Amino acid sequence: MSEQHTPLWEVFIRSRNGMSHRHAGSIHAADAEMALQAARDVYTRRGEGLSIWVVPSAAIIASDPSEKDMMFEPTGDKIYRHPTFYEIPEEVGNM
Amino acid sequence: MYTQSLNTAVQRDGAEEDPQKLAAFQAKIDREEKIEPNDWMPAAYRKTLIRQISQHAHSEIVGMLPEGNWITRAPSLKRKAALLAKVQDEGGHGLYLYSAAETLGISREEMVEQLHTGKAKYSSIFNYPTLNWADVGAVGWLVDGAAIMNQIPLCRCSYGPYARAMIRICKEESFHQRQGYELLLTMMKGSEDQRQMVQDAVNRLWWPALMMFGPSDKDSVNTADSMRWKIKRFTNDELRQKFVDATVPQAEVLGITLPDPDLRFDEESGHYVYGEPNWEEFYNSIKGNGICNKQRLKDRVKAHTDGAWVREAALAYARKERERREAGKQAAE
Ligand SMILES: [Fe+2]
Ligand SMILES: [Fe+2]
Repeated sequence: MSEQHTPLWEVFIRSRNGMSHRHAGSIHAADAEMALQAARDVYTRRGEGLSIWVVPSAAIIASDPSEKDMMFEPTGDKIYRHPTFYEIPEEVGNM
Repeated sequence: MYTQSLNTAVQRDGAEEDPQKLAAFQAKIDREEKIEPNDWMPAAYRKTLIRQISQHAHSEIVGMLPEGNWITRAPSLKRKAALLAKVQDEGGHGLYLYSAAETLGISREEMVEQLHTGKAKYSSIFNYPTLNWADVGAVGWLVDGAAIMNQIPLCRCSYGPYARAMIRICKEESFHQRQGYELLLTMMKGSEDQRQMVQDAVNRLWWPALMMFGPSDKDSVNTADSMRWKIKRFTNDELRQKFVDATVPQAEVLGITLPDPDLRFDEESGHYVYGEPNWEEFYNSIKGNGICNKQRLKDRVKAHTDGAWVREAALAYARKERERREAGKQAAE
């Protein structure tokens, strides 16, 4: 008999207050509560975090890498969105 | 991982790859850019990685057995706590690596089955027994030491999830090696019997540790592809040499000898020259006929089957809770 698959969860950890949660890896668990506990055991054995999020992997919608250019290229030539595009006389100092 | 959904269309073996895509892929690797799970990759790259990462994961998991053997008999609370933490780390390493392999489109259950049916290999080192307490120290010093040599270059591997798992693992390995070496140092300061136990453990584990780097370059297949794809950065013999060069001076500090009559420092090259490992023993162990192969697999399979009811119960409970929540929602509408 082939075994039933245990659901996959993505784990996000806030390393300390003031930082945002960051993707740490993934974990298999039957439900959310067990996923949190497993994430604690697997990803925070040395004080790596103060807060954990677990999200069902199937709930994440990812952009398609083959459409990367269409998605992100339009910002590539918009150099006027950066401060260095604008020239300010030196005597003005930092701005 | 979240990336699996796009990974369903894996090319079949031997299928011709699109030369344009292939060239773009190699160019990306040559620019030291990482390959991420949903990116296009040649089928052979995917297959090589699945094999390597899953076997690496299996090694971490099977590696828990020889050391776990000593947890209940650790000589002090301090040593017991350290050993428990180390064995738990190895379990964690296995899990990071299984997750990395899963991003390539293989399921956890499939990998576990490949291990349990003997289809997938794991590191030959774990088929040696841990006969006395000094073995725990020698494993930490030599086996984790060899693993570190192997794993540091893998932190720069071209496949993103594998590289990230390795960075996490490498951060934890240093504790493994140091606690082992310190354990041996402590025994060397003890009685003559204890010193002999250390020497005995090192005599038995030195050669198997050298074999952890795999067959000699002249006999090893797959190296060229792995180097071109930047999965591997150094050849087996290069890594083995680095390990010998780093370890011989540590043995001197410890005050033991290494069981190799050919071992000597070569002034000209600045490296240690060492003898030829017994490759027949290595291939035997890989083929399943090492000292503990049968025992290790038996223990793994037993742990897995004994836990089956727990996994089933957890899934049944999760289903029941979900149904209860949904019924509650409907009732409220
Ligand atoms: Fe490990
Ligand atoms: Fe380790």
